[in-house]
Amino acid sequence: MSKDVLTLALSKGRIFKDTLPLLAHAGIEPLEDPEKSRKLIIETSHPDVRLIIVRASDVPTYVEHGGADLGVAGKDVLMEHGGAGLYEPVDLEIAKCKLMTAGPTQAPELRGRLRVATKFVNATRRYFAEQGKQVDIIKLYGSMELAPLVGMADQIVDVVDTGNTLKANGLEPLELIAHISSRLIVNKASMKMKHDKVKSFITLMEEAVRKNS
Amino acid sequence: MAQNDRWLLPEGIEEVLPAQAERLESLRRKLLDMYHGWGYQLVMPPQIEYLESLLTGTGNDLELQTFKLTDQLTGRMMGLRADMTPQVARIDAHHLRREGPSRLCYMGSVLKTLPEGPGGSRSPLQVGVELYGHSGVESDVEVLQLMLQTLQLAGIEDTHLDLGHVGIYRGLMSMVSLSDEQEGQLFDALQRKAKPEVEALLNASSIDNDVKQMLLRLADLNGGEEVLDEAEQVFAGAGDETKAALTAIRQVAELLKHRLPGISVHYDLAELRGYHYHTGVVFAAYLPGHGQAIAQGGRYDDIGMVFGRARAATGFSTDLKTLSMLGTPEVNTTGAIFAPHDTDPALLARIQGLRESGERVVQELPGQKGGPGESGCDRVLVKRADSWEVEGL
Repeated sequence: MSKDVLTLALSKGRIFKDTLPLLAHAGIEPLEDPEKSRKLIIETSHPDVRLIIVRASDVPTYVEHGGADLGVAGKDVLMEHGGAGLYEPVDLEIAKCKLMTAGPTQAPELRGRLRVATKFVNATRRYFAEQGKQVDIIKLYGSMELAPLVGMADQIVDVVDTGNTLKANGLEPLELIAHISSRLIVNKASMKMKHDKVKSFITLMEEAVRKNS
Repeated sequence: MAQNDRWLLPEGIEEVLPAQAERLESLRRKLLDMYHGWGYQLVMPPQIEYLESLLTGTGNDLELQTFKLTDQLTGRMMGLRADMTPQVARIDAHHLRREGPSRLCYMGSVLKTLPEGPGGSRSPLQVGVELYGHSGVESDVEVLQLMLQTLQLAGIEDTHLDLGHVGIYRGLMSMVSLSDEQEGQLFDALQRKAKPEVEALLNASSIDNDVKQMLLRLADLNGGEEVLDEAEQVFAGAGDETKAALTAIRQVAELLKHRLPGISVHYDLAELRGYHYHTGVVFAAYLPGHGQAIAQGGRYDDIGMVFGRARAATGFSTDLKTLSMLGTPEVNTTGAIFAPHDTDPALLARIQGLRESGERVVQELPGQKGGPGESGCDRVLVKRADSWEVEGL
């Protein structure tokens, strides 16, 4: 990591789209569209800021290891990653949704332990443990809704936005685990060593969030 | 384990190969000599001991970090040390029993059940110093100076010093009454500087509004020296403990500037690393591109209490393996001399003489493969007239 350049890790899709207006407030505009370009490092209109495009669940890893100084990550991803190695100073209030449990609308009576399919293994285990429930967790990487339909699991834990996917598959949201929104996360050493740059970026993001709401 | 996997080591366990081993050993000697020059005495605590004595004082984090096994002789639980600090504290409290300050240093392998940080080692070579029996900031500064000098000797430049004081937060917490759970959540949020979460937690509690503001501002109190001035205003209505902590930080900063002009210090008043056992100033050194501190320390008074003697204590520790990886490697310019296989007594005497003068001499084995180059030699011993001469390759 160069001393003068700030690297910001972003994931494609909703988070990228919703972060753009916030960046614009700081006078930062990407010079290329990651949806069209195959490049993973994208320069911006600001000579000292560049973006790297990574998978959403990899953003905390990049920032923690120092591959990026800053990142934008959903609270769901952070809950799963464990936040101890990072700073998360700003709630950007974008990409809002809910982390929920969901199950079939007409659930058969449960025999034995609840089987839960999810990609949020740690968050799920923690949540059910807090409820005093021991559950069997099945790790999946996507399309969790399918698991109850084919009898692989009794419930799922996933982020829910409109709930349409659940409905289309005969599932209904059950319990709320957490409200999710994206956070600005910061590498600990960068916070200290590039303090002026990082802090002024944080302030700009806070301003942009206030303006947005 | 498959046949061809036999060489594979457990995660986070590494062996040190010749080039790095040489760097590591040379650094080890330099550091111990330096500590010696400052009056620090070397101690060598055991690798393994009863769990109770190993886990005292430094809180629960260490319990999880310690490999445990049962002693076949007594049936008691033993632990492989994951941190040498409590061991050294015991040595000071139980064995030395000095009235005045004692200065101790140590170096040894520790084992951790969990790697620390990304790609972290589980078998660091811990090195550090401890100063017991003085509670003033002067001893903190002495230890800090040693930490910086350690990094310097390792050839690590561009380090960044981070300074904090757990008394600030502790003082604020003594002004409020929170449940253990609330306090845990607040602490966790503060460690992540997650201001929105800190705010939500504070609003959900019945904390007095003034203290609420102070705790909220705490997350933002990091940066250059201006932070201390800002803190003075923020904590104007705080208790004595918080104010005393702030004064102590200032004193440390003044002393540091006096002793090491030109040093840049970053203050982070919400940094609570090791909060559960630290009692005063805490500090850490960071390096660009490294999320984790590369060396850390601070004050942890009374650690010796469980061994029958509470003593003021301050110290730092770091991992020699990390330092030798990060530092600019010292190039060893003196090669070696290759001596042929020959039974001539004059040759043997010559070799011995060279070795005694500090040269490295490798003698050829009969029928060996490879010549001087393969043995790492840049010169050879050659018979000229009636004497053996050292000549270039």
